[in-house]
Order: sequence, then structure tokens, then C-alpha cells
Amino acid sequence: MSVLGAARPLAYRRLASPLHAARGPVAGAYGGSLALSALLSEHPLVLGALLLAVLGAGACAGVGRQLTRFGALTALPIVTLSVLVNALVSRQGLTVFARLGDWLVLGQVNLTVEALVYGLVFGLRLLVVALACMLVVCAADPDELLLAFRRFSPSSALTVSLATRLIPVLGQDARRLAEAQRCRPDGGARSLRGRAALVRASVAGALDRALDVAAVLEMRGYGAPAGGRERHRARRSRHDLAFAASACGLTAMSLLAAASATDSFRAYPLLHVPVNAAVFGLCATLLLLALAPFADRRGIDP
Amino acid sequence: MSVLRFDAVSYSYPGASRAALREVSFELEPGEFCVLAGLSGSGKSTLLRAAAGLVPHFHGGDFAGTVSTGGMDTREHQPAAIATRAGTLLQDPETQVVMTSVRAELALALENRGQRAGTVARAVEETALALGIAHLLERHTAELSGGELQRVALGCALIARPALILLDEPTSQLDPVAGDELIWQLHRLNEESDTAVLLIEHRLERCLAAADRVIVMADGAIACDRDPRGFLEWAARSEPALQTPGARLFEEVGLRPPPAGVKQARATLRASGLLGAREEPFARQQPAAPNAAPGGALPARSRARAARLYARLHGRRAGDPDGAPPALSMRGVWHELRNGPAILRGIDLQLRPGEAVVLMGRNGAGKSTLLRHAGDLLEPTRGSVQRAGRVALLLQNPGDYFLHERVRDEAPPEALQMAGLAGLGERHPRDLSGGQRQRLALAIVLGGEEPAAVLALDEPTRGMDRAAKALLARWLAQRAAAGLAVLVATHDCEFAAEFGSRAVLLARGRVIADGPLEEVLTGGWYFATETARILDGAAGSLAPEGAAELLRARRTARSASMQVAEAVRR
Repeated sequence: MSVLGAARPLAYRRLASPLHAARGPVAGAYGGSLALSALLSEHPLVLGALLLAVLGAGACAGVGRQLTRFGALTALPIVTLSVLVNALVSRQGLTVFARLGDWLVLGQVNLTVEALVYGLVFGLRLLVVALACMLVVCAADPDELLLAFRRFSPSSALTVSLATRLIPVLGQDARRLAEAQRCRPDGGARSLRGRAALVRASVAGALDRALDVAAVLEMRGYGAPAGGRERHRARRSRHDLAFAASACGLTAMSLLAAASATDSFRAYPLLHVPVNAAVFGLCATLLLLALAPFADRRGIDP
Repeated sequence: MSVLRFDAVSYSYPGASRAALREVSFELEPGEFCVLAGLSGSGKSTLLRAAAGLVPHFHGGDFAGTVSTGGMDTREHQPAAIATRAGTLLQDPETQVVMTSVRAELALALENRGQRAGTVARAVEETALALGIAHLLERHTAELSGGELQRVALGCALIARPALILLDEPTSQLDPVAGDELIWQLHRLNEESDTAVLLIEHRLERCLAAADRVIVMADGAIACDRDPRGFLEWAARSEPALQTPGARLFEEVGLRPPPAGVKQARATLRASGLLGAREEPFARQQPAAPNAAPGGALPARSRARAARLYARLHGRRAGDPDGAPPALSMRGVWHELRNGPAILRGIDLQLRPGEAVVLMGRNGAGKSTLLRHAGDLLEPTRGSVQRAGRVALLLQNPGDYFLHERVRDEAPPEALQMAGLAGLGERHPRDLSGGQRQRLALAIVLGGEEPAAVLALDEPTRGMDRAAKALLARWLAQRAAAGLAVLVATHDCEFAAEFGSRAVLLARGRVIADGPLEEVLTGGWYFATETARILDGAAGSLAPEGAAELLRARRTARSASMQVAEAVRR
């Protein structure tokens, strides 16, 4: 393993877990249903249950550390920002807990409990959606996802293939260029002109790389007419069925809850957070639906 | 019917002033193994791309004549369609993988052609087994070494069982072991499945033994089209830069016919009575440190300890008999990745001023990492590196060093003069030839105000033809003679033999051999020059010139003994 190749971004790696054993599109649908459930609900308890479900699924799939790291480094700062901005900007809440006086452009700033809670709920939602997407990135086979996607839109899939392949290649090129500049006796591109030259060299290199990858794709038959492609009809594994059922269940429950207003939540003008048996039941059901497929660990070896 | 037919093909790249191909006509029959040779810029890659249909469909330009690949006219069919008849493997393995897993990568070409799932799965398994990559099927493509990636790319080109396979310097980035394995696999494929092969290769000694035919390109046209021995005879007269070391050796001694490989060479020498008895393998190779003072017969650790004690007693540093400080000194250098393997494991290495050291080893052995430590791009996780002055480090891609639009802006005039580029100041760096770009990058790293104490180069001969390599080797030897310590990581044993005085062999981050070049490069199968393999490394012969003297001496001794025997008989 080379030193340059050692640093790898967050990416899919086949592990021994039920979610990895399911086919890429199924794992994608499962992650998507968790994200959809979070988008359909505003109730903090339900969102909390979904957060637990995503983190639990990540832990059961062996990618819990990656998810929590991503959440801590990337998602949490965005969530914190959304809470702060909403608390400072929103004027709809009635329960003021701090008066901060006149803030130039913002005018009179009063912090309200409602704005703070709404910001927190919004941030929580954002966090669940981001983590569900990361779960898909870490546990759904991108090749299988791409294959499924290609049936619907070959040209878009080609673009995605090129982009996904180019990201690591260009990353390596950038590291190489940076090292080469450090080897120059003058230290390389320190001045503005030097930096502009470096950017120009990088762009030229990226174009060369894109051409190389495009030529290879062409020779792999990517440009061939779409007709005649056969749909893969591999037999569904127990994990395909379990996660597909879980995804359907999660989506159905969330739609049902949204339609029946079981998890109705209102932040403004005064907080209205119903906490009753129906909400607890919904939370428990969502958790159960999300984590049940992980109970069966037969046939999960990579 | 021929699998490939060029009929009066001429081609110019868009905006180019001269043609890349000129009136090229030839045919390749099914099952032929053809090597495409020629100096850099002679049109080999363009010819190959024309056969794959990338010229003119992908590159554009002016095209005349007809290319028929597997019966398909390349003007009427796109490269994707031509790929069903001819598999193509290009030089850089990094850009030849598209998917995340090896299995998906192999399957991609057939899936694109609408093959049934069962057919795809079977083809993937069979191709992987045939190429010995079945153990890689579930691996992530980002985790593969260069050699593994190249074999996967070869699998992708072969999975549809094409009648023809086109290869553009597939071994240029591989170590000698992986390179020989790839050529051997091509040979087996050619023998067992009648697949025609068109292979571009600069290191001809590696592939001539497997070839049926050699086509030489010169200035966009075919200069020679013969069998390997016919080609070597032609090269001796018309283009000596294309001669293999074995052919040069035979020419020096006046033996005929020129050998296409080690086996042929040894057979001719045996028949002439010039082949000595085979020595015990590795007998000459002593794993002792080159400058170790006392304790040559001790184990490595004891030897190092004894050398340090010796140095302390004699008031000078270990490994430096003249008392002058070494230009570069590495002591117990480790490079350990967090949550990963150790890339370097306790490297002890010293370079004296004026020494030309060759660093060899398989892909992933730690050569590039060692050079990065020498050049201060990396800090050891344990151990220390001491430098007597600046280390001028040239990494694998010289183009990465270029920032400006003109050659004269890249390096000071005296550095350009030293690199032999004084007359090219107004040219754009990217318009230079491969060898010139290499020398410009050398001028850049050597051109600072502080003179360099060490010049370190990482794989400087990738994609270079033999003439450019010889020029670079001479240039490096001159720099070493001027007192610069030179450290070069290379896979090219022939290039190493041209300028090096000492070889260091790495394996899994450890030094496994360190000694005079004649010792290290004559004892093995892979890390050995063709001359050494022909003569079993007799008398430390690495290059044809030295070996020719030995053979002439043997011939004289043989004729003398024959005369004595004749006299006795009378």
C-alpha cells in the first residue's frame, strides 16, 4: 500500500452485516425510507426514535463509528448553525426567554422558546436525513446502485460513473502536484501568480484525466446503444426481502402517521407537543421496523 | 480473414502540423503475437488507438485510409462496438478502472452489451481464474496495487473473449515480477486461445521471445515488419537503439543469429562452447552492507552494532571510510500508518557523495516512501534522516513540476544549460518530448541557489525509449562523477546497470540486499539484466560490453585449448 493511497475518504466497503448482504438498490431504499420518514415527521420524539434507528442500523451494519464521526464533524455544526440562525431570526414565538436588544440589521432580537425548539427539531431532522444518506453511502454497493440507475438513465449514469471515478483520481493528482511543488527549490506556488499557474496546471491535468477515463468507458462499451440490455433477475436473498419489507413498512407507517396527524407537532405561536400512547407506539414501531432485519445474521459473510 | 487490417492509413491529430500516421498498411492474422516497436513519438500509440477506433472517433483529426478491426470498419463503427472484437489495455492502470469492486469492473463490459446475467457471472469467474485474479474479485479497486489493477484491466479487455487484444505499454508501471507475469499471461492466452496480440513495449527483451512478428514504426510509417530475429538484424543495421542487450552482446562478440530471448542466446552459446557451468543460485549475492567495516560474517543486527562500535573507536561515522560525512544517512527509519501497515521497517542507508545507488523492489515495497523521507516530504515515525545538504527530489511525473508557459521561466539558465535545454527556452514545457520533460524537471529541482547534495529520482524511465534512457543514464553518471550522491528508484534493471554502482533491494519495507550492483543484479531471475541471465551473472557481467570481453576471453581460451589438443593428437 502506498503512502498516497493510504488516506481514503468515507466510502463503501463490503462488511459482514445483513445490510451489506442486501443488494445495493435494496440497501439504498432502506436508507431512503429512513430519510423519508424523517422528512414526513416533525415530532421531536419520532425524530429522536428515527435518529436512534439510523445510529442503531449503522452500529448493526458495522459502520457506526463512521456515522458518528460524520455526524460529529459535519452534520452537528450545520445543526448548531440552524438552531442559532432560527433562534435569532424567527419572530413567531411568544415565550420570550432573553431580550438581546437592537442588533443593527436584525433590529430588536428576542429569543423565544418556540424558535429555539423549532430550530432544534429542524436540526434533528437534518441530522437524521444526513445520517441516513451516509448509511446508504457506507452500506449500499455503489456498483449495484449504478447498475440499477443505468436502466433508467444511461447518460446520467455515465456522468455519475465519470464523476465518482474522477474524484479519487483527481485527489491523488492534487496530492502529487502539491508534493512536486514542495520539491521545487523555491517552494513552488507561493505567489499569487504561482498559485494561478498551479490552478491552471491542475485544471489541465483534470481535463487529461477526464479524457482518459472517458476513453476507457468508451472501450468498455458504455457508448453502445441502450437497446438489448437485459435486466438482472438474480434471486432475492433473505436480507433483500427483510430490508425491502422494512423500507416499505417504514414508509407506510410514516405516511399513515402524517395522514392521521398522530405525530402532529406545532412550534408557533406556542409549543404544542402531544405526548401520548399513539406517539410512543409510533416510535416503538419505527424502531422495531428499522432494526428487525438485523436480527437475522445468516449468510452475511462478504 | 485477418483480425486487423490497415490499408493506406494516414492520420493527423487536430491542429497538428505533421501526420502521426503516414500510409500505414499491414495485416494481422488470427493467433499472431505482434510487438509494435519504435522510438517515442514514432506513432505506435496512435496506431493502436486507430485499431481500437478511438482514432478518429474520440480524438478527431484528419483520417484517410481504412482500418478494419475484427471485420469492422472503424469509420462506420464506434469504439464501443469495436470493443466487442478487440480488447484494449492502456498504459495507466489508475484510469482504467471505473467501478468500485473488481467483480463489477469485470462484469461492466458484458453488461453494457446486454449479455444475460448468467453469462456475465460465468465469464467473470472464468476470466478471473484464467488471469489468476479470482482472489481479488470481492476487493475494492481502490485497494489494489498497480500490478493487480493492470491485471484487472486486462481481464476487462479479455472478458468478451475478443479475437484481438491491443496493449499500449502495459508493463511500464509494473515491477519486473509483475511485468514478466503479465507478458507470460499474454503468451499463454495467445497459445491456448488463439487470441491475436498487438503489444507496444519499449523493453523488448521482455517480450521478443513470445512474439511471432515485430513491426517497427518510425516517424509515423512502418520501417520494419519481420520476425523477431529478422527485426534484430534490421535493428543492428538501421536502429541500434532498438537492439536488445542480448542482441548487442552477440553483435559485440560476432555471434549469429541474434537471440530473441535468454533461451535462444544460451542455446547458441552452448553450441559454441562459450557457456560456462551454471553457478549456484544467489551464490554471489552477499547480504552484507556495502561499507560495513568489521564483522562481515555476522547476522545483520550484530554487524550494524559492530560497525557502530568500529566507527566510535576510529572517531568517524559508520559506513564512511574517508571520514567525510555521508550525503544522506538514514538510521532505523520506520514509516507506520495509523490504523495501517508499516511501509518502512527500520531502514539503515547511507549515501556517500559521488555514489550512484539504485533502489529496486516490487510495487509497494516502500521505494517511493523511502525517497519521500530522503526528500523531507515525510517524517519518520521512528528513526532519523540526516542530510549533508539539500536533496533534489524528482517524483514520478515530471509534468507535475511545471508551472510556467515557457521553459526559460521554469529554471535558471545555468540549470537549463546543465540539462542540455539551453536552446529550448521559448518552448512550452508540455510541448517537450518525454526525455526533455524529464531533464527540465531535473533542471528545476537542481536549479536552486543552494547546491544539492543528493539527487533522488523516482521511476525516471517510465514511458522512455531506450535512447532517452541511455542519455539519462549518461547524464546521471556525469552528475555522480561531479560529486553528487544519486539515488534512483527504478524497475528497469538494464537502466540501473548503465549508471549505478550500488544496488539496494527492498521488500515489504526492509532492505533485503545492499551491495555492489554486480552482486545484487546477477543473482536472481527477476532483478537481473538480460545479459546476467544469459551468462548466469558470470564475472558480474551486467551489460553486453563487459560480458562480450568475458566471452571473447572464453573463446580465446577455448581455441587455445583446442590447438593444444590438436597438437597433442598429432
